[in-house]
Amino acid sequence: MIEERWTMAARGLRAAADFWSVRFVDERTDDHTVRNDVSLPLRHQRERGAMVTAWAGAGSGYAATADLSAGGVQRALEIATARAQACAAHALIDHREITRPGQSGSYVSPNAQAALPSRREWIERLARECAGANVDARIVERVAGMQVTHSDQLYLTSDGVRIEQQFRFLMPSLSAVAHDDGDTQERTLNGHFGALAQGGIEVLARYGFDGAGARIADEALQLLSAPNCPTGRRDLLLMPDQMALQIHESIGHPLELDRILGDERNYAGWSFVKPEMFGHYQYGSALLNVTFDPDRRDQAAAYAFDDDGSAASRQYLIRAGVLERALGGALSQQRTGLPGVANSRASNWNRPPIDRMANLNVEPGDQSLDSMIAGIEHGILMKTNTSWSIDDHRNKFQFGCEFGQLIEQGKLTHVVKRPGYRGISASFWRSLKAVGDASTREVYGTSMCGKGEPVQVIRVGHASPACVFSDVEVFGGA
Amino acid sequence: MAQMFIARGVEAIDWHAHFFMLAEAIERMRRPGETVLSVFAGERSDFIRFNAGAVRQSGQVEQGRLTLRVAQGARQAYSTFDLGGDAHVDLSDVSDALAVLRESLLDAPDDPHLLFDTGSWTRSTRRDGRLPDPRALAELVARSARGLDFVGFYAGGTLSRGFASTTGSRGWYEVENFNFSWSLYQPNGLAIKTTYAGDAWDDAVFADAVREAAARLPVLLRAPHVLKPGGYRAWLAPSALAELLKSAAQGGFSARAHASSTSPLYKLNTGAATFDERVSIAESLELGISPAFNDDGYLRASVPLISAGRAVGRLTSARSAREYGLEPNGALPQEMPTSLAMAGGDLAQDDVLARLGTGLYIGNLWYVNLSDRMNCRLTGMTRFATFWVEDGEIVAPVGATRFDDSLYGLLGERLEALGAQPELRLSDFTWGQRAIGGLHLPGALVKSFELVL
Repeated sequence: MIEERWTMAARGLRAAADFWSVRFVDERTDDHTVRNDVSLPLRHQRERGAMVTAWAGAGSGYAATADLSAGGVQRALEIATARAQACAAHALIDHREITRPGQSGSYVSPNAQAALPSRREWIERLARECAGANVDARIVERVAGMQVTHSDQLYLTSDGVRIEQQFRFLMPSLSAVAHDDGDTQERTLNGHFGALAQGGIEVLARYGFDGAGARIADEALQLLSAPNCPTGRRDLLLMPDQMALQIHESIGHPLELDRILGDERNYAGWSFVKPEMFGHYQYGSALLNVTFDPDRRDQAAAYAFDDDGSAASRQYLIRAGVLERALGGALSQQRTGLPGVANSRASNWNRPPIDRMANLNVEPGDQSLDSMIAGIEHGILMKTNTSWSIDDHRNKFQFGCEFGQLIEQGKLTHVVKRPGYRGISASFWRSLKAVGDASTREVYGTSMCGKGEPVQVIRVGHASPACVFSDVEVFGGA
Repeated sequence: MAQMFIARGVEAIDWHAHFFMLAEAIERMRRPGETVLSVFAGERSDFIRFNAGAVRQSGQVEQGRLTLRVAQGARQAYSTFDLGGDAHVDLSDVSDALAVLRESLLDAPDDPHLLFDTGSWTRSTRRDGRLPDPRALAELVARSARGLDFVGFYAGGTLSRGFASTTGSRGWYEVENFNFSWSLYQPNGLAIKTTYAGDAWDDAVFADAVREAAARLPVLLRAPHVLKPGGYRAWLAPSALAELLKSAAQGGFSARAHASSTSPLYKLNTGAATFDERVSIAESLELGISPAFNDDGYLRASVPLISAGRAVGRLTSARSAREYGLEPNGALPQEMPTSLAMAGGDLAQDDVLARLGTGLYIGNLWYVNLSDRMNCRLTGMTRFATFWVEDGEIVAPVGATRFDDSLYGLLGERLEALGAQPELRLSDFTWGQRAIGGLHLPGALVKSFELVL
């Protein structure tokens, strides 16, 4: 909860800094899991602390502390100020030229106050799905889980800005492992950590949680008896849960402005996108429209302000295939002179904000799923990510899915296992030849986007229709 | 020379004293029939990011995270929370957490897989280090990296891990160390990455390492050698092989993953596949880079995992032991290795290029992931310091290239030699907290390494 003592602690701060901000975070997470009909013990986690940032001359410094007393926050501010002063002569960014946040406001997740099931009720609900997946002796592991997180955040600055944001996240999960004759196949509910959203109990219905245990177990068995995905070039129909990963890795990360500026080159990498491309580069076919949309409150990464205090709003990044705008917060925008978005975000109280994805979505087109399938002569449908890898410039990728189904002469045919595909971002999106309509659009989110030094693992949301890409290299297992 | 800086300075929280003060208080708060296990992870870390030789971000993080596990009969529950270092506040939070845990146990079902050590032991490791003054590093880097496109990350400070149980066990592990990795980039996007890690910082060693890396840069300006998909003879430097082993170790050595048939080394574990008989791997506590106790209260010992190419052991946590009727062997709950040691071979470092002859010298791999779990196929990219070698001479850099290959082949029939001098690679992972542990392993010369894009 946002505590009054935090405001009091900040009100009394004294600093030699030109500017300071304090971001208090109080995040509580409950994990409920049933595995093979056994309820795992409750795990409750509370992460609570403050990130203090100071600007002094050209320099900037930070200090993170879990001592939220007035004295503790004051000590953190002194450390942050000393850091800012110490690096001022060698600062990459002259913070005297950076615009300070100036707008106050608040945000609350949808249905954040609505009651949720008790621990006992969660376990009963999870146990039903876990038992429901017990459809065959070849199902060797069944896991059903629910993670509920409340995150309350207060951002205060020396200029009097006050931003309160209160989030509630739900992340259901289901998996069924089938094993027989030396082979193992797994089906999940939209991948591991792939069904994150803000809101209340309605999140379960959105992901089709109730009754899914039996369905995914049956699909795992289908995969067990299926042939390997064939190797060759085919049209590729990606369902929305795999589109989420495709968007994330080969649009989201390459468009992060701090990455384009080289900040991430020692770890996460650089980008094939260069600053001079914005405004004219043909990123994808004319069917490709991509938005940064913090206003979709049912998605995992909706918010009103980023963690540097910038007000967030929906923006097109790619329109009709042309690259318009970067994923860069106020700091990166000033460094480059490029248009960006409010996406300077931190994973928790103990990490400083950097440019991150948030809700990054492909906008719907005009084709039904049936019409897209009917338009494919030699293709394959893939869904649910299970393997992902992409180069340090976010170009050469290889992704694997849990479930594949061949498409021949406009019809879905047999199921194949271990479907994978590879390509190059810079050309892959230009092969986009059909975009599903709103009826095919689904919303996904994950808590597992990693980036930065020190590493920050953060929540992101991706909504997408099903999409068709032409002439893609696909393959199966060994 | 930069001023030396002792991280455990006057303002730092004494997590050792604080944790054991809390442990004693928890003993007093314990109710009849309860067992309380306390697990602590703390650090005071300095983090500095550099880009273009200048400071991008600089700061300090002080954190201490306590996990309380209350067991009553066959029921148990966990609570984890951040400590601020103030005795009054933290004791109040401990009391509140215990109350919530007790409440949750009232309607909790019995846990048939509950198991923890009920013994009483004491272990303590504390190693002071000599760390650089983070305030002086900006100047040192600016001076050392003049004229270079230097991008890097310094992480240093005190790491601590603690364990206490109301059955009387007490464990503490505390080290001061640093890990500074940096990349020197050429305008064509190719780079060489270097890591300077340890517990005795020396400005001169850092400056020499930057100079040595800079001296290797010119070769990156040569026209990159373009390789078509196919198999290539290759030397995997220890840092490259480490990426493969780390991916395979995600479940590969886990008793639970094997029992649920999801281990990427399932075929090795069942005997359906083997590695070359020169391959031996163990979880080695002798490396001294991780605590000698685990969260379940067990003292840890080394565990042979692969001997002469065959699976000989698995990491078995207390929970898996109870579930599958096995003996716990000190594994962490995740059953991931923390101190993986692979035996070396007979290929001297000075002979690597000559023995490779013509092929790939792979300095690092990046973004490795399983592409076919049951066949332990891994895909990923070459990155940093990957070269084309002809007749034992480096002739050109190789741009980012994708591979997809099976560890059974690379460490099996296609393994030609293992390096004679295993290297210690301390973990540089900083997800939520600075990691402990690492790997000790050689490089590997393979007859063929499969490139696909």
